[in-house]
Amino acid sequence: MTTVAASSDPFPRSVWPKVAGILLAVYVIYACAQMEISWERVEIGLHNAAHFFSRLFPPNFARWELLVKGLLESLQIAVLASTLGIVLALPIGLAAARNLMPVWVTWPARIVIVMARSFHPVIVAILFVKAVGFGALAGILALTVASIGFIGKLFTEAIEEISEKQVEAVRATGAPFASVLWFGVLPQVFSRFIGFATYQLDSNLRNSTMVGIVGAGGIGGTLFAAFQRFDYDYVCAILISIIALIMIGELLASAVRAIFIDNATLRDFFRRGATRERHLEED
Amino acid sequence: MAYAANAPAYPAWNRFTRGQRLARFVVYLVIVAAIVVSAQSVEIIPEFLADAPEQVADLFARMWPVDWSHYEGSVHSALMETIHIASLGTLLALLLALPVGILAAHNLVPFTPVNLLAKLILVSSRSVNSLVWALLFVGIFGPGALAGTLAIAFRSIGFVGKLFGEALEEAQAGPVEALAAAGAPWTSRMTFGYWPQVRPAFWSIALFRWDINVRESAVLGLVGAGGIGMALDAALNLFQWDRVALILIAIVIIVIVAEIVVTQVRKRVI
Repeated sequence: MTTVAASSDPFPRSVWPKVAGILLAVYVIYACAQMEISWERVEIGLHNAAHFFSRLFPPNFARWELLVKGLLESLQIAVLASTLGIVLALPIGLAAARNLMPVWVTWPARIVIVMARSFHPVIVAILFVKAVGFGALAGILALTVASIGFIGKLFTEAIEEISEKQVEAVRATGAPFASVLWFGVLPQVFSRFIGFATYQLDSNLRNSTMVGIVGAGGIGGTLFAAFQRFDYDYVCAILISIIALIMIGELLASAVRAIFIDNATLRDFFRRGATRERHLEED
Repeated sequence: MAYAANAPAYPAWNRFTRGQRLARFVVYLVIVAAIVVSAQSVEIIPEFLADAPEQVADLFARMWPVDWSHYEGSVHSALMETIHIASLGTLLALLLALPVGILAAHNLVPFTPVNLLAKLILVSSRSVNSLVWALLFVGIFGPGALAGTLAIAFRSIGFVGKLFGEALEEAQAGPVEALAAAGAPWTSRMTFGYWPQVRPAFWSIALFRWDINVRESAVLGLVGAGGIGMALDAALNLFQWDRVALILIAIVIIVIVAEIVVTQVRKRVI
């Protein structure tokens, strides 16, 4: 009897999921109480929502000159920050790779990368606005810092994962260090590097539309000003343009990945638009 | 050399075809052109740049000594609010993303229009920055943590739903078919066929997103969506740099703590 009873439930349930569920529910109630989130507030908000959306639409493109100027500045910030960030991140990322560099080089490089990653780009932008004043330069520098953190980290990891065999083979020919890097290391990480670089350009483009909120140039300043003036139909126009810009950026990034990683030709794009995409998940 | 000269002429070997080389060349050209045009046309004010070292020195002078006395009063509660925003936002996102992720998985819902609709929802969630979501929710619900929580949740739906949908699509059909053959209903196939296969992926996605959300919720306050960003904004507007320094230190600590928590939980649970 006992054996039958024991085997009658083929999927025995543990108690822990229930306990965790109850704890989670208690936490949700506690946190909502702490932050004064209640159903009434949600309900009031939902009443506002209809009004809010009626003011968002139709989008007002009347001041399109200002809009285009802001978008172009965001684009400039993204391009320059990605360039500077990649140029600076490559040596730092290389210096942080434990399999190629001695410990006294990797530690400082790793500290630089961790520091660059510790703040959100918008917060870094606040500090640069204080340092170099309002305008695009603060945005460029802030996003450069973000790029150094991201590309530096991933580049280091990519280098640490390479196969030692090719490096040893190049070294065995008596090649100097630069040749070891150029023929032994870089070919192994190049396709991953294209992945990070296009991803970072994409990410910088997204953030370059936001750093303006703290005065660091780009469309974000126009967006926030319009929002604070309750100029919601213009806000809607700006948002549509930002989303369009980001989507174009994503398309270009996937085209670059197709060319460099999947060896596509220009004709391939016209022939079958869709290309095999590789995604690094966005943050 | 003489040997090489007498050797039969083989066609030159190239790694890439002419089309591939042309495509690469076009990319290089576009990149160089973009950099040159951007560098020439971007508006940089030289006076501000010349002033930078002085301003940086001034910044650090004003930041030091850090004003620890503010921690008890306002910063602590704002910091806790940031964690609550990140956690509640992640939970809400998990709840909302599960059905969308399931609808996006072709092996679970073999109906392409539904898959595409779900993917459209996920893409639009991801293509709007969390600060923009925060602006929208501040417009609807007014300033405060509610707007921040919803902003975090709506930004995370796309991320969680996409990764969860992909994990579902990679799940093996064997266990599910076995359950179906035994006459198991849909719920049982989900709970005992798919869930055990995607559970590790699900929890690691949830933890990863929570970690990101802690970072992101720290800035949402700049647009009025609650949390430590509000305290930062207030301190910045008053030029209280010693208080700004305290808040920045608090943010760094909370980000590091979140990362440690995530790695520990990942090690023990997954």
